[in-house]
Amino acid sequence: MPAADDSSTLLEVRNLQVDFRTRHGIAHVLDGIEFSLSKGEILGIVGESGCGKSMTALAIMGLIPSPPGKVAGGEIVYRGENLLKASKERMRRIRGNRISMIFQEPMTALNPVFTVGDQIAESIVLHQGLTRRAALDRAVELLREVHIPAPERRIGEYPHQLSGGMRQRIMIAIALACEPDILIADEPTTALDVTVQAQVFDLLLELQQDRDMAIVMITHDMGVIAEMTGRVLVMYAGRIIETAAVDDLLQNPQHPYTRGLIACVPQLSDEPEAERAALMEIPGVVPPLTELGVGCAFEPRCGFRMPVCVQSRPSPVAAGAGHSAACWLMEEGDRP
Amino acid sequence: MPILRLVLERIAYAFIVVTAVLVLNFILVRLAPGDPAEVIAGESGGITEEILAAIRRDYGLDLPIHEQLWIYLGNAIQGDLGYSFYFNSPVVELVVSRMGPTILLILAATVIALFIGTTLGVLASRNPEGLFSNFLTVASLIGYSAPAFWTGLMLIILFAFVVPIFPIAGLYDVTLSVGFFGRALDIAHHLVLPAFTLAIIYIAQYSRLARASMLEVLGSDYIRTARAKGVAERVVFFKHALRNAVLPIITITGLHFGNLLSGAVLVEAVFNWPGLGTLAFDSLLRRDYTTILALLFFSALMVIVANLATDFCYRLADPRIKGKRS
Repeated sequence: MPAADDSSTLLEVRNLQVDFRTRHGIAHVLDGIEFSLSKGEILGIVGESGCGKSMTALAIMGLIPSPPGKVAGGEIVYRGENLLKASKERMRRIRGNRISMIFQEPMTALNPVFTVGDQIAESIVLHQGLTRRAALDRAVELLREVHIPAPERRIGEYPHQLSGGMRQRIMIAIALACEPDILIADEPTTALDVTVQAQVFDLLLELQQDRDMAIVMITHDMGVIAEMTGRVLVMYAGRIIETAAVDDLLQNPQHPYTRGLIACVPQLSDEPEAERAALMEIPGVVPPLTELGVGCAFEPRCGFRMPVCVQSRPSPVAAGAGHSAACWLMEEGDRP
Repeated sequence: MPILRLVLERIAYAFIVVTAVLVLNFILVRLAPGDPAEVIAGESGGITEEILAAIRRDYGLDLPIHEQLWIYLGNAIQGDLGYSFYFNSPVVELVVSRMGPTILLILAATVIALFIGTTLGVLASRNPEGLFSNFLTVASLIGYSAPAFWTGLMLIILFAFVVPIFPIAGLYDVTLSVGFFGRALDIAHHLVLPAFTLAIIYIAQYSRLARASMLEVLGSDYIRTARAKGVAERVVFFKHALRNAVLPIITITGLHFGNLLSGAVLVEAVFNWPGLGTLAFDSLLRRDYTTILALLFFSALMVIVANLATDFCYRLADPRIKGKRS
């Protein structure tokens, strides 16, 4: 994916800060997130659970649960408009209309007491002002576009009558009902079995190409990143620690954390056994965000830690065109 | 047609339960100490062995117990549950004539409790840490802990002496009830205090339940989906969330019907409400066994009907239950 010039930039996130008030103090859930998204681009965001991927998505949607969450700073600029300054009503008109989102858990993401037809039509009635009748006709078309057989019958059914894969297709139909510019897909296939995962990805790619829609693909799976995305953000503990075009990232990862993530996918590595063994030695999980020190958040788990890592936090350093990483190893020029 | 099959199945099931209730009640009364023949003979004057034997023969008390049960069941099927000597009328007529006021009282209490309780709970869930929510938590604890007869007495004191705006006893006032609407209004006026007294515990329970249920639903994935669609917060709250949050309330309302019936005994006694409760209370004091048996039977019947009604309401409210039998 070519670097975005201004005319094709859809969304620009600048220095986004999100704080959560917790019993143990303020947690900087997102700290200085910066990226941009162009028309028709598929941007990947990868990282472990709790690293802030979903929070980034919710912040763009204006859906940070508040309290306890709060956007503490930064800008989210969509087509020249700062969404963080937009009124509630304005955000409501953008959500599900220009920017849509699908979620991780298709089994629980649909309301159990309304028919799927009504749940798709609601969005169309809301944003496009169609009558319910016309919106239901449109819903049938949408179900056909997401390859659900016998759509005329399915719109009258309830979510519990459908399989997980079908429900995720319904979610996609809801998200695409108003032809959005941006689709945020938050781990859309994590809860589905492998064959269904592939079908859903194929469907997303097909729909994305038909509509020239931008997708933000959030996942913890480097395999998905490799197959689906053009450019990738790697997140750890609320920060972007590395960003690069996908091929560059996979072949030339800079941050030890990125290397660990890649090593988790055996078929992407030359020496799967060795890499996996190395990863197994990295102890621990993402630290509690209230307990981050002044140093690098990955330092306690890092196999290459140096004295400087505890003392201060590394800033992003360029590692080639469109590639940067925040790690002291790069500044020291002493990469292993 | 599955719904018809379901109805038939439920009725068959209810029939079995009713029969079991009749048999159990019959055996319970026979197990209790005392001889009805002696009571009857005692009321008629002197007791001799001959009179006792004659009474036993007349009433079939000399027959083996299974034959007595058989006769009792046979009569029950024909709508004959015996005769109350105190009221000098068949107990079925007696109980049926008292059912109206009790059903009115229970339904009024249920409607009040559901409406007020759910509204309070839903309002509290809008801001679960807020002042109103905390106030409701305390108020419902008090409402839940206060016994109905005490609340009733307090209300009587309040509305009889402090602000006398509601009548404190009876079903209606003969001098005020003129015409159908006059009578209906007067009964409604008399209904206010007993219905509220009976409802208070349930207002407390439903408000807690509604609050908890709304909070749970509001945290669920499909609410996030609704918000992500751009649905207005008011619609998210009252359409997407409330519609799901009422489901447990429907279940609990059905389960409460039996409790309401026993609560009605106390409340009716306090407010002199001429329903099944006062009849049960009086009959217990008089050891009027036939009437008590009939009351137990009719209470069981009402609970069964209430459960059936709940079952069908739930089916209407939750599409996931349709077609399933449980």
